Amino acid sequence: MKILVAVKRVVDYNVKVRPKSDGSDVDLANVKMSINPFCEIAVEEAVRLKEKGTATEIVAVSVGPQQSQEQLRTALALGADRAILINSDETLEPLAIAKCLKAVCDSESPDIVLMGKQAIDGDNNQTGQMLAALLGCGQGTFASELVVDGDKIKVTREVDGGLQTVALKLPAVVTSDLRLNEPRYASLPNIMKAKRKPLDTTSPADLSVDIAPRVSLLGVELPAQRQAGIKVDDVAMLVDKLKNEAKVI
Amino acid sequence: MSILIIAEHDNSSLKPATLNSVTAAQEIGGDIDILVAGSACQGAAEQAAQIAGINKVLVADDAAYNNALAENIAPLIAEVGAAYSHILATATTTAKNIMPRAAALLDVQAISEISAVVSADTFKRPIYAGNVIATVQSSDAIKLLTVRGTAFDGAAAQGGSATIEAIGSSHSAGISEFVGEEVAASDRPELTAAKIVISGGRGMANGENFELLYSLADKLGAAVGASRAAVDAGFVPNDMQVGQTGKIVAPDLYIAVGISGAIQHLAGMKDSKVIVAINKDEEAPIFSVADYGLVADLFTALPEIDSAV
Repeated sequence: MKILVAVKRVVDYNVKVRPKSDGSDVDLANVKMSINPFCEIAVEEAVRLKEKGTATEIVAVSVGPQQSQEQLRTALALGADRAILINSDETLEPLAIAKCLKAVCDSESPDIVLMGKQAIDGDNNQTGQMLAALLGCGQGTFASELVVDGDKIKVTREVDGGLQTVALKLPAVVTSDLRLNEPRYASLPNIMKAKRKPLDTTSPADLSVDIAPRVSLLGVELPAQRQAGIKVDDVAMLVDKLKNEAKVI
Repeated sequence: MSILIIAEHDNSSLKPATLNSVTAAQEIGGDIDILVAGSACQGAAEQAAQIAGINKVLVADDAAYNNALAENIAPLIAEVGAAYSHILATATTTAKNIMPRAAALLDVQAISEISAVVSADTFKRPIYAGNVIATVQSSDAIKLLTVRGTAFDGAAAQGGSATIEAIGSSHSAGISEFVGEEVAASDRPELTAAKIVISGGRGMANGENFELLYSLADKLGAAVGASRAAVDAGFVPNDMQVGQTGKIVAPDLYIAVGISGAIQHLAGMKDSKVIVAINKDEEAPIFSVADYGLVADLFTALPEIDSAV
C-alpha cells in the first residue's frame, strides 16, 4: 500500500503574528517557519502504518516556496521514503493546492492520502475535502483513528458532540485531528539519512494546474480587543458580582 | 441575489445552528432558500419553513443523505447550488466536512468561517488562530461560505411560512458508509449551545480534577469545556476543546479555570458576554479579557464557589 502525505510550511505555532504596518497582510519577515502541526500528525500516522507493515511506501508532498524543502526533509526524517515539492512562490488557495495534489495523485496512484485537517496560517480546513472531491474518492476528515481493513479503511472522526465512524473504499483521503497520534521527534541519524533521500521538484505549470487566485486579500487587522474588567477579592465577591451585577447566574 | 442555506438537522428537527446562517444571509441580502438533505427529514423541513424570511425550503429526502455523508451530499449541493449566487452553511463539523467538497465540485474557492459580511462579495474571517482578521473578496460567480455561528445571532425560528418543495435527485456515490457514532452521553448542555460554559486548563493538573468543574456545571446548568493544553495533556477528550482548532463558543457566562489564555483559546471564547477567569498567576493573559478575575488557587476557589451558588 502506498501513502501520499501532504505537508505545509507555515508559521511556527509559537509565533504570534501581527499585521504589517500598512495592514496589507500579516508580517512574516524573519519569523520561524515549521511543518504545520496537523501535517506532522499525518506524517506520523503514515509512518506508523509503514511500521505495522500495512504501508510499503510513503511519499511526502508539499506545495509552496523553495524553502518548503525544509519541511519535506522533516517528513523524510520522520520516516517518509521520498518527497516531491510542487514549487510556487504565489500564495496558493486550497482549491489550487488540491488541484496540484490531484495531479500528483494521478501519477503516483496512492491508496491513502493523509494530510492535516487544517493549516494554522489560513485556518481554511478545505484542502483535504477538495482533493477528495477532485479524485472522486471518500474522505475521512478530522480523524482520531484510522484502521485499514482489506480494501477499505475505517476512520473515526471528531464531530460536534462526539465521534463518528465511517468506512471508505480505497483510495481515500484522510485528514488528521489532534488526537490521531502523538508525533515522534526525528532522531539525529534519521535527520542525516533524510538528507540523502530523493526529493524531486516540479511546479503547477509543469502539472498544467491553473492556480489563478479566486479570492483577494483586501487587508488584515487585529481582532477587536476586549477590555479587561476588574479583579475580585474573593469568591464571595465574585458570586455576588455574577448574581447582582452581571445577572448571569 | 439568491442564497441557498444548507440546513443543519437530525432529520426530525432543525438544529439552531442553521439560524446563524440565516442572519448572515439576511446581511448579504436577497431571496433565501434552505436545502434540507436527509432521510425521513420532513420534520426538519417543516421547521425550516417556519423560519422568518425564508422563500422556499427544498427537501431532498433519500436514504443516501442519511448521516450527512459528504460523498453523497456534496454533489447534491453542487447540483442545486449552481443556480444560486451564494451557498451558506454554519461551520459545524458537518458543514466543514461537506462544504469544501461541494466547492471543489463547483470549481469555486470556498471561504471558511466568515465572522462578518462587508458586502455581497466581501467578508471578514479570522486567520492565524484568531490573531488576525482578514478581509477577503471573492471573484467566483458562486460564493460558497461557511459562517462562524458565534459571530451572527440566530434568526427568528418562527413567523415564516415558506413553501416546501421536494427534490427528486439522488446521489449515492457508493464509496463511503456510515458505521456508527458515539455521542458523548451527558445530561449537560452541548458546548456550543450552552448559556454557561466552564472550562478547565492545564492548571486542573489531571482529568480527575475535572470532577470539580462537572459538579459546579451541574449546579449551574453549564457545559464543560477545556483548553487545548488540557486536551494535549490527556486530561479530557478533544471534543471538549474550546479554541480556534476546537469549538467556538459564545455563552452568556464563560468561566475559565486554570487557563492561561493562549490566543488559540481566546479565539474560541472571546465573544462570550461575561468572562470570569480563575488563575493563581495574576500575570496570566486570560485576565486581560476577563470581566471578573479572581487570583486564587482553583482547588480552594472551586469548592467555595460550588457551595456559594
